[in-house]
Amino acid sequence: MSNTSSNLHERQSGSSTFDSQSSDEDIVLECRNLSVAFEMDRGTSRVLHDVDIDIRRGEIIGIVGESGSGKSMFASALLNAVVSPGRTDGQVTYHPRDGEPVDVLGLDKGPLRSLRWEDISMVFQGAMSSFNPTMDFREHFVETLDAHDYDIAAGIERAEELLSDLYLDPQRVLDSYPHELSGGMKQRALIALALVLEPEVLVMDEPTAALDLLMQRSIISLLSELRDKYDLTMVFITHDLPLVTKLADRIGVLYAFEFAEVGDTAEMVRDPKHPYTRALLNATPNLDAPLTEMRPISGAAPDPVDVPTGCPYHNRCPMATAECEDIKPPMDAVSETHEVACHHWPDVDDEIPLSTGVQK
Amino acid sequence: MSVDQPVLSLSDVDVHFEKDGGGLNPFADRPTIRAVDGVSLDIGSNDVVAIVGESGSGKTTLGKTAVGLQQPTGGSISYRGQDIWAAKKWRSNPSIPYEEIRRSLQIIHQDPGAALNPNRTVMSSLAAPLKRWQPDLGSEDREARILHFIERVGMSPPHDYAHRYPHQLSGGEKQRVALIRALLMNPDLILADEAVSALDVSLRVEMMDLMLELQSEFDTSFLFISHDLSNARYIAEHSGGRLGVMYLGELVELGPADEVLQNPQHPYTKVLKWATPELGVDEGPTEPPVREIDIPDPVNPPAGCRFHTRCPNATEQCRTDTPPAANVDTSGNHHVTCYRATDDDAYWNSTPLDGATLASDETTHDD
Repeated sequence: MSNTSSNLHERQSGSSTFDSQSSDEDIVLECRNLSVAFEMDRGTSRVLHDVDIDIRRGEIIGIVGESGSGKSMFASALLNAVVSPGRTDGQVTYHPRDGEPVDVLGLDKGPLRSLRWEDISMVFQGAMSSFNPTMDFREHFVETLDAHDYDIAAGIERAEELLSDLYLDPQRVLDSYPHELSGGMKQRALIALALVLEPEVLVMDEPTAALDLLMQRSIISLLSELRDKYDLTMVFITHDLPLVTKLADRIGVLYAFEFAEVGDTAEMVRDPKHPYTRALLNATPNLDAPLTEMRPISGAAPDPVDVPTGCPYHNRCPMATAECEDIKPPMDAVSETHEVACHHWPDVDDEIPLSTGVQK
Repeated sequence: MSVDQPVLSLSDVDVHFEKDGGGLNPFADRPTIRAVDGVSLDIGSNDVVAIVGESGSGKTTLGKTAVGLQQPTGGSISYRGQDIWAAKKWRSNPSIPYEEIRRSLQIIHQDPGAALNPNRTVMSSLAAPLKRWQPDLGSEDREARILHFIERVGMSPPHDYAHRYPHQLSGGEKQRVALIRALLMNPDLILADEAVSALDVSLRVEMMDLMLELQSEFDTSFLFISHDLSNARYIAEHSGGRLGVMYLGELVELGPADEVLQNPQHPYTKVLKWATPELGVDEGPTEPPVREIDIPDPVNPPAGCRFHTRCPNATEQCRTDTPPAANVDTSGNHHVTCYRATDDDAYWNSTPLDGATLASDETTHDD
């Protein structure tokens, strides 16, 4: 497919990370042609489609999409955790701070197990079901440390520090059983558990979706403190675009199982170029926007078995032309830090004005 | 019945639950959960009230109590002047029969998937309440009426949708069916408890628009409950309704939606405003403006003002004394339960608690 040049032109040689223009382009995870497919009776369901993206060391990248846009599959594919009979193709390369690059999709069971948790760790949405109800939190930490041959005493000390970083009382939490804590406390304990083996990358799939807004915002501010304190790279996957603007350095918008637009948070909020990103922003209830300007997005998200040809958004897009129906738009650079897959992005300002009340 | 009589009137309503505990000892103290404590609220006809609060604030219990699904342990609740729970009593001879009250107060739940019977088609689910309440309606009329509603909420062609099962509908469509089921009863009030929270962000505005449209078309009142201030604002401000803020069982601020948002008086309302993501990018992540992230246990709510354990402006006075409800302006529509809205010297001369300050650092505070 033509959706290849996702990361501008300077890194076409692929695996090398030293031909980029500046040192802050230090890549920690590199995805090339990443696809996930499920064979179904009615055809092949392609739930992630030829995704190319680089995740930079130390950044927080927000991945945003509606239900059924492939965002959870992206998270699973990063860790080679797609469940059978799903098939993951393409390449995910992990570049440790020191040492050789690791081909994540080619790893055997053992090394893969230690890569997860020790190098790349993951937090899922359902904190409620991530814990064993018959074990207290101390046992959960001990079990995790033990399974990866870490020093238990030092690990528990680290756990206590992590828990207090997350505004929890370490002794109380370690001696509690899961049912004794509220949802927000469990979710924070899960983040501490994910970080106890000192991973470099933390992948979070809707980590705050089941919580109320105040807890969501509180966790968001704690996460950015954790990133600074422990030098983490974070991938934050969510359907909530306004929430992720408070945390992420960069935002990628997924539509129909591929990236429609990727850019710096400020550019994505002030001046997004993809009609879908604009529709998404205009459809989001918020406190500032004029009420009359909020509009729902018409139409439904595409079926993964039958993604429209050309631009996958063309049948919902008010700007679509014959070109959009036939030719899939390639990723095009809007600026050095912003790229978009749309044939008509230069005209989007006139066609779909932003109504979010944010100044350019 | 006088014209200005409210459809629903809650007066000093308490809902306390006794928690299991104490094992086999029958004399053990059973802890009491004070889910709703001393709430008074009037809902007029064609009125919209949105209630916001965190998990554990008692907003769902308040909603259930308002529509007569939960009996209050204190205070009273009346529908057009008739006490709901008195009407239910045998031989009470109420001015409005209980069945009619029950039919006039409808509910839409958070999870539309669980609210519909998976073994019944949309038509069959929607026909059941009509058969129960309007048995003399012929089957053809009934179907025509249901099909009309299905089309009215934007599910077209209606014949196709009427014969689908819930699993063949999207989340938004299921919620529409639940909305039709409530509206078929021609209710005076619909309780929408987190009715849009489970939907994708992009579908929420559409669903709320539909609710507002039908609200004005059918002269129905709405009690809209949400943890999300931006959804509550959308519903309340669009309909010129009121916004209420709940904290640990108490209604701490209530007023016209635009006024509560533009000029929030309770520190907790300001905290909720902070928690609502806005699209500005100028400020990065900020510290939560509360001294404690977690809401206290409603089993033993803090003494004095219940928010004092987390409030950024709490003093020794708040720790011991309960603030009175105060009018914010002269109109008498905007109430808040906080010493900061009063001139009470006992508060302003009191020592701030650890980590708190008397000064307001909010830009929203405009005096």
